[in-house]
Amino acid sequence: MSEVLDPPRAAAQAGTPIIELRGISKRFATSLDFAGKLAKKLGAKVREDVVHAVDGVDLQVRKGEVVGLVGESGCGKSTLGRMVAGIMPPSAGTVLWHGRDLKSLSAAEARQAKLRTQMIFQDPYASLNPRLQVQEIVGEAPQVHGLVPRGGLETYVDEQLRRAGLDPALKRRYPHQFSGGQRQRIGIARALAVQPDFLVCDEAVAALDVSIQAQILNLFMKLRRELDLTYLFISHDLGVVEHLSDRVVIMYLGRVVEEAPAEEVFARPNHPYTRALLAEVPRIEARKRAFAGVKGEIPSPLNPPSGCHFHPRCPFAMERCKAERPALREIAPGHRSACHLNDAA
Amino acid sequence: MTPPTLQVRNLRTHFFTRAGVVKAVDDVSFTVDRGKVLGLVGESGSGKSVTGFSILGLVDPPGRIAGGQILFKGQDLAGLSEEAMRQLRGNRIAMIFQDPMMTLNPVLRIDTQMIETVLAHEKVSREEARQRARDALGQVGIPSPEERLRAYPHQFSGGMRQRVAIAIALLHKPDLIVADEPTTALDVTIQGQILAEAQKLCADFGTALIWITHDLSVVAGLADDIAVMYAGKVVEQGPVTQVLDQPLHPYTVGLIGSVPSRNKRGEPLRQIPGMTPSLLNLPAGCAFRARCPRAEARCAEPPPMAEYRPGRHARCIHPYEEAVAA
Repeated sequence: MSEVLDPPRAAAQAGTPIIELRGISKRFATSLDFAGKLAKKLGAKVREDVVHAVDGVDLQVRKGEVVGLVGESGCGKSTLGRMVAGIMPPSAGTVLWHGRDLKSLSAAEARQAKLRTQMIFQDPYASLNPRLQVQEIVGEAPQVHGLVPRGGLETYVDEQLRRAGLDPALKRRYPHQFSGGQRQRIGIARALAVQPDFLVCDEAVAALDVSIQAQILNLFMKLRRELDLTYLFISHDLGVVEHLSDRVVIMYLGRVVEEAPAEEVFARPNHPYTRALLAEVPRIEARKRAFAGVKGEIPSPLNPPSGCHFHPRCPFAMERCKAERPALREIAPGHRSACHLNDAA
Repeated sequence: MTPPTLQVRNLRTHFFTRAGVVKAVDDVSFTVDRGKVLGLVGESGSGKSVTGFSILGLVDPPGRIAGGQILFKGQDLAGLSEEAMRQLRGNRIAMIFQDPMMTLNPVLRIDTQMIETVLAHEKVSREEARQRARDALGQVGIPSPEERLRAYPHQFSGGMRQRVAIAIALLHKPDLIVADEPTTALDVTIQGQILAEAQKLCADFGTALIWITHDLSVVAGLADDIAVMYAGKVVEQGPVTQVLDQPLHPYTVGLIGSVPSRNKRGEPLRQIPGMTPSLLNLPAGCAFRARCPRAEARCAEPPPMAEYRPGRHARCIHPYEEAVAA
């Protein structure tokens, strides 16, 4: 298998990034209701609540690469995925698509960019229109965008379904007539029908049973080889990410805390959060072990801690961690970590 | 000799639907001893949750227990009246659900709910009940329990809510807790905390614990014994180390093989082909037959549960004899 995987890895070293994020931030503000606005006008101290879902993230995804994006709920990984997929505009920062700023693209080019980046969602049922037949779900976009000749649509849809491991004979059925794994295959067929080169998978296997999850992961790997795809694979499941990714990016509360090649991150985690995360992953090899748990809760993104966001839970926190935000710095080739401890050493 | 905390014998829970009889639990047997953890593992629709509900007498029509015994400290729960069951449920036997909001009432304060639970089974003063509630919250690692008692469920995070649900389950120091996927919805670091609480609980109070989950990795670290369910039946059971290192049933072998960390990075995962059959029209004989690499003509006969090694049972006529390579 490794000889099949090698070419995309080699390309990953050389190629220009498919997508590059520079200082991307996303803020969500809850707008004040009428009473709030009135109170503010009268001089009361009411403020809009602002959530920094993503806070100054730099990220590159090179051609042919599988980047795993890991983090716990509320860390902003899905929001980041949506901005990468171009379905949510960032509040600040620039997104470069094949080296060009997304905002500077002409309308036609922007449409191209959107088509060539597709997204696969966690809940295949919620992301499929329940009132459309599978052939419409998969065939609609390629038809609208003129990717198939008139009259060729049926064979094209059959081909897409077969590639995703579905029997084309089922194409007149509706989503509710399929099992969870099959629905996810429909979602994959739909995404691939517009011939993308980059897929953003947001927890794409999280809702599936173990045996079905393995089938879908194998499908992702097969499609990667066949179609030379690039993935941003968002997941909270470190086992899945370790298996699939070339490079792993770990987020905590809207920021990237560590980024490294997959082997490196699992062999030599640097950031205390990454280490805690890896220690807590239940492993089938570990028997009757003592679970310890990182102390404390994941803080609210409404009111994140000062300095390093992880400091209230970090066993190595120093005075400096409370005051100063650590920068993401290279500590080994290709391995970056945002921790003040690296300066002390 | 005192009887084990829980002994389930040939339990059958069937749902009599208009489309036919769904045998959600079909001839399930297992035993859990004091202070031990049984991991009940299976995929969706395997009957693992219905087994849990059956033990607590929480199966709603059209479902009912169609046969078998649920011996709780020697007493059969299956034949117990609703009133007698009420005395046990929440008192000697408790359940923790995947979604803590199934336990918690969203419009009542935590203290109201917890005090009510205490008073339902014991004649103590309100003040004492409150004290007990506060201690239980402290026990599951909730900081400043006195203040948190006055909060409403929505003011807690998901992990904290699950802790409150566990604290409520603990109020009467039950002999048996059935936990149905209690950490599935939680983050990894929070899951670690909850698993630590569960371990402490079994060690401190001798509570027997049934941990229902689809995640073999969680069970590997937590359980003493493991029972693997498929299509309403236990297909394999035994001590956790033996089942995971030397699985007998092809389904268990397939499940373990599907775990990403058991495979070489980047290589295709060893997947089980096909999907779980509908319980409404199960194939005759072994339900796993259609997906099994070892299936043969004899599998059309229902395979009996057999003991292949001491303490190691499997429902298969051609089990894997050799240890499976990691």
